[in-house]
Amino acid sequence: MSPESSSAGGAITRDEVAHLARLSRLAVTDAELDVFAGQLDVILGAVARVGEVAAEDIPPTSHAVPLENVFRPDELRPGLTQEQALSGAPAAEDGRFRVPQILGEEQ
Amino acid sequence: MSELTRLTAAELAQKIHSREVSAVEAAQAHLDRIAAVDERVHAFLHVGAEAALASAALVDESLDADTPPASPLAGVPLALKDVLTTTDMPTTVGSRILEGWRPPYDATVTAKLRAAGVTILGKTNMDEFAMGSSTEYSAYGPTHNPWNLDRIPGGSGGGSAAALAAFEAPLAIGTDTGGSIRQPAAMTGTVGVKPTYGGVSRYGLVACASSLDQAGPCARTVLDAALLHEVIAGHDPLDSTSIDAPVPAVVEAARRGAEGDLHGLRVGVVRELTGEGYQAGVQENFDAALRELEKLGAEVVEVSAPHFQYGLAAYYLILPSEVSSNLARFDAMRYGLRVDKGASAEEVMAATREAGFGPEVKRRIILGTYALSSGYYDAYYGQAQKVRTLISRDFAAAFEQADVLVSPTAPTTAFPIGDKVDDPLAMYLNDLATIPTNLAGTTAMSVPSGVAAEDGLPTGLQVMAPALGEAVMYRVGAAYEAARDAADGSPFATRIPEVKR
Repeated sequence: MSPESSSAGGAITRDEVAHLARLSRLAVTDAELDVFAGQLDVILGAVARVGEVAAEDIPPTSHAVPLENVFRPDELRPGLTQEQALSGAPAAEDGRFRVPQILGEEQ
Repeated sequence: MSELTRLTAAELAQKIHSREVSAVEAAQAHLDRIAAVDERVHAFLHVGAEAALASAALVDESLDADTPPASPLAGVPLALKDVLTTTDMPTTVGSRILEGWRPPYDATVTAKLRAAGVTILGKTNMDEFAMGSSTEYSAYGPTHNPWNLDRIPGGSGGGSAAALAAFEAPLAIGTDTGGSIRQPAAMTGTVGVKPTYGGVSRYGLVACASSLDQAGPCARTVLDAALLHEVIAGHDPLDSTSIDAPVPAVVEAARRGAEGDLHGLRVGVVRELTGEGYQAGVQENFDAALRELEKLGAEVVEVSAPHFQYGLAAYYLILPSEVSSNLARFDAMRYGLRVDKGASAEEVMAATREAGFGPEVKRRIILGTYALSSGYYDAYYGQAQKVRTLISRDFAAAFEQADVLVSPTAPTTAFPIGDKVDDPLAMYLNDLATIPTNLAGTTAMSVPSGVAAEDGLPTGLQVMAPALGEAVMYRVGAAYEAARDAADGSPFATRIPEVKR
């Protein structure tokens, strides 16, 4: 998607919202798309205000607290058992997660 | 209503530790209260009566054996927001996608509460994945404000705040990503504290936006919040963003503040967070609070934070971006809901997320996916991160001029249920004054500042302090609270009306 694909009038089109929903793995309905497209257009119009700030030379902040890599001694610690790790699984078999087919027919 | 439910946590702890009242009696009184009123308030998603009584019995046994209490709050009941994992109770985060989920581990906050002997009564209602300002976005129905059941209790932690105001618990835990502890506190006339980012472990806190999320204490008094703060705070190796520094001495600070002397302290009024856009009664109570602070000896100065006006916009780009990434883990494969619709994993995933997430969560996932898209990243997410830097700098400059900053916590009192549920942008505006603190990772609290003359609903005073500056914040909050109570002639909690039938 590129900036040119947005419509001239609003910040975001219904087609773009449908595309984003697919990318987000959300099987949204047509009725939802109608509502979301309008709402997201209004929200984007409001949040676009960040563009008014002159911030060219300002470094971005991803985290409020300065972070550095945290090391710990490489020693064995108790973790979840296999049974605990699988306890919430929608389906499990032979001590593993059972999932639907990952690759399509043609793959 | 049992008198035990009217006590503060500090008072109740004193009675339990002196053996005047048993921890089991205290737990039972609150469970009875929940049974009597929660059908109308709907603060709780799950009540763990049996486990609560068993935990309380252990505290009694230990006290019977003359063992000193495990903490100053041992035996005191608490309501836990349903965003923190619990092995003995479901953790739903207010979402269908985790309906009935039993986590295999306890959050660090949960573990600390258990180790402190605190009686966990149950899990409280919240906007789905902590996204919302009214608790109306819970998949399990809204929570009602005990002051007026037709009104919202704030959000996302409306359940925790309502439990306090309905006297269902003297203590609660909330989480605050953009105001989800402080705004509900203001809406319900209770106290809520967002600690410094990294001050309380996020291990086991189901993530909304990881760079903003922070768990914190909720109570009906500042001292009770301080007591709870010291129980849950501290460094945790299981959270790599946890601060490895001593917990600020907030209990001592709250006790000192209650003595009522703020001479030598400067209180900064943030020009951009007052005036226009605030309900008349909210502004009046704020102005009255400033007069109280001056009477206590504080010097009130005006400060400017010019970039705060862009806080809301930056937040609603950064938060959805983090949400879209964090919530990718709900893939119908390892835990939570699976809707077996379609042949491939991808189809099952999309069908599950469609069925399991509510509208606000979907909106924010889509918005975040957009803001992170190539071609838009620099203009939206990248620019928002720069604005975040400028907001932190505004705070730093303001804290050069004042020890704490103050503002009204929220622009209005509690609005009617249903009013803003279909207007996301109007809902977002509730967090105007609370969001800057989350973006900067600093600390802030909301203390009741009276009721608005026009509608009789509570308002909140927000007190903000620098990172790890909790002590001065609690001192100011406690001093103001004591002065307010002295002026009213009774503690603020006595003004909360009985839950209507």
